[in-house]
Amino acid sequence: MSAQKPRTLFDKIWDAHVVETLPDGTALLYIDLHLTHEVTTPQAFDGLRAAGRGIRRPEATLGVIDHNIATDSSRYTGIVDPESALQVATLEKNAAEFGMPLIPLLDERQGIVHVIGPELGRSLPGMTIVCGDSHTSTHGAMGALAFGIGTSEVEHVLATQTLLQKPAKNMRISVDGNLAFGCSGKDIVLAIIGRIGTAGGTGHVIEYAGDAIRALDMAGRMTVCNMTIEGGARAGMVAPDQTTYDYIARTPNGPKGAALARAMEWWKTLPTDAGAHFDTELRLNAHEIAPQVTWGTNPEAVLPITGIVPNPADVTDEAKRAQTQRMVDYMGLTPGQRLTDLKVDVVFIGSCTNSRIEDIRAAAAIAKGRRVADGVRAMVVPGSGLVKKAAEAEGLDRILKEAGFEWREAGCSMCLGMNPDKLTPGQRSASTSNRNFEGRQGPGGRTHLLSPAMAAAAALAGHLADVRDYQPKEAL
Amino acid sequence: MRAFTTLTGVAAPLPKANVDTDQIIPARFLKSISRSGFGKNLFANFRFKEDGSENPDFVLNQEPYRKAEVLIAFENFGCGSSREHAPWALLDFGIRCVIAPDFADIFHNNCFKNGVLPVRLPKDVCAQLMEDAKLGANARITVDLEREVVVRPNGEEIPFKIDPLRRHLMLNGLDDIGQTMQHAPAIDSFEAKQKAAQPWLYA
Repeated sequence: MSAQKPRTLFDKIWDAHVVETLPDGTALLYIDLHLTHEVTTPQAFDGLRAAGRGIRRPEATLGVIDHNIATDSSRYTGIVDPESALQVATLEKNAAEFGMPLIPLLDERQGIVHVIGPELGRSLPGMTIVCGDSHTSTHGAMGALAFGIGTSEVEHVLATQTLLQKPAKNMRISVDGNLAFGCSGKDIVLAIIGRIGTAGGTGHVIEYAGDAIRALDMAGRMTVCNMTIEGGARAGMVAPDQTTYDYIARTPNGPKGAALARAMEWWKTLPTDAGAHFDTELRLNAHEIAPQVTWGTNPEAVLPITGIVPNPADVTDEAKRAQTQRMVDYMGLTPGQRLTDLKVDVVFIGSCTNSRIEDIRAAAAIAKGRRVADGVRAMVVPGSGLVKKAAEAEGLDRILKEAGFEWREAGCSMCLGMNPDKLTPGQRSASTSNRNFEGRQGPGGRTHLLSPAMAAAAALAGHLADVRDYQPKEAL
Repeated sequence: MRAFTTLTGVAAPLPKANVDTDQIIPARFLKSISRSGFGKNLFANFRFKEDGSENPDFVLNQEPYRKAEVLIAFENFGCGSSREHAPWALLDFGIRCVIAPDFADIFHNNCFKNGVLPVRLPKDVCAQLMEDAKLGANARITVDLEREVVVRPNGEEIPFKIDPLRRHLMLNGLDDIGQTMQHAPAIDSFEAKQKAAQPWLYA
């Protein structure tokens, strides 16, 4: 190739997928992998049916059931809620009718769509990946361009394997240095959102760089990319490196042998060129990040666990003051209160943000040899059947159960309040999920977002707690 | 998709920033397999109390806003989940235009696929329109996509800009899948080239 303008990781993947550029600059972008689930697809299949269209590349499409289902043993005897049962049956029927591969509910590979894509080796570097789900940004951790779409766009991809897209702006967030004791990818991304705000990334794709990102395992990178959407950006990405390649080599469906070698030749050309242009740059020092917890009702309302509840009276901007007051009221807080004094009713370790084996290990390390506080319901929901199996092989389920945690079946569970796992009004949760919106985990529920280790510490303490005070008692 | 050309109607003021799609339509109402019927649960957590009765303090439970066709809000409207049920719920309720300083990307995209027009106007203009909207039934505003203007009750015209391709599709109520299908030969040749260069994607 001739000497080219230096390009970013995003630019390179984008350029490699433009089928055509329309006169107004809109690109027809080719999609390599389309993941689907039961909630955002029924109307898309109806649209195909009405127009007499089919799926252009069923083999580049994969369905899984995750949002709607119970995470207790009831799934083995049939879905109780009739509406949920119909939505799941509809996906099964559509998959059969249109020839879309679908992981059955009772298959061990079943799990949260953003856990299974990378885990099975379907989400790979350099790919364009979409799903009717905003947390598709997760797959960017593989060095892919991955973003959420609406149901109309799901239909568009099913029919054409493409999307009409305007190029995004490039943002780079570098996290330099080493992460401090007790911190994880979750603390990095919460600190970033606290800094840029919930709309700070609008119109951008964020590439995460720096030593602290490089040092994260794939699960940590997925957590960071997952919550990128909470900062308003369309997608988050991490350039592939040896950590990525080693991860792919362990997956059941990733390329092997000569195919892998050939793929790696291309993957190694993907990292951002020196001198490539970023529209926005931000740098953070990893060692300045303390364990984070959200106190309000959007992910930007976040503080170090050592913080205190803000006082609305201290906010000068009138609209922001009103919003702060609303958050303090909804969350049932008192200005000046220490975050570590907030008692929790429920602890949820799970979701597409934090339900991978590494997350469960982090929680189990804190929980081992200790007990969940009286009156606290603590649940651990593995992200997939394969995660569950791996955790059980390591004995993590036993450690957690002995400590008083519930050990459940894979699914979206208490992240979003659309299956039986919900908060009741006024209940306060410490949750490893991604959204603390009003009512997100159930109407009237109060959500504090934090890392798996911090969630485990809260379960043991019975209140939000600083994980640095809960060093593992014994090795796993 | 129903075309959007011009609309004159009651505008409801919702003076909030970061109105997320979980607020617009909570997840527990996403179990329908149809595109319609979501309007009754639009903003359910605000419109209804725990016992299911209406919350009289919420704007859409007040006259004349029960019949609102335009919604005016503050920054980052539609953030959060990608659920297209959010514009479906707005549309089903009767709201065909949202005016705000800015919108979250996915929600913004989803609106155009459904004939719901998202209009970006500066925050001070949104605040002004909210004051207009508080005047109630006498304060009908017009949103004219053809001319790209919002007309205040006092007749003042405020210009806005919509991406030309999206404006064209919306004015004509066009389905963009049909448009893309015309590019099928280009998609075929892209796939042939990609398959040769990156065979692992076709394994």
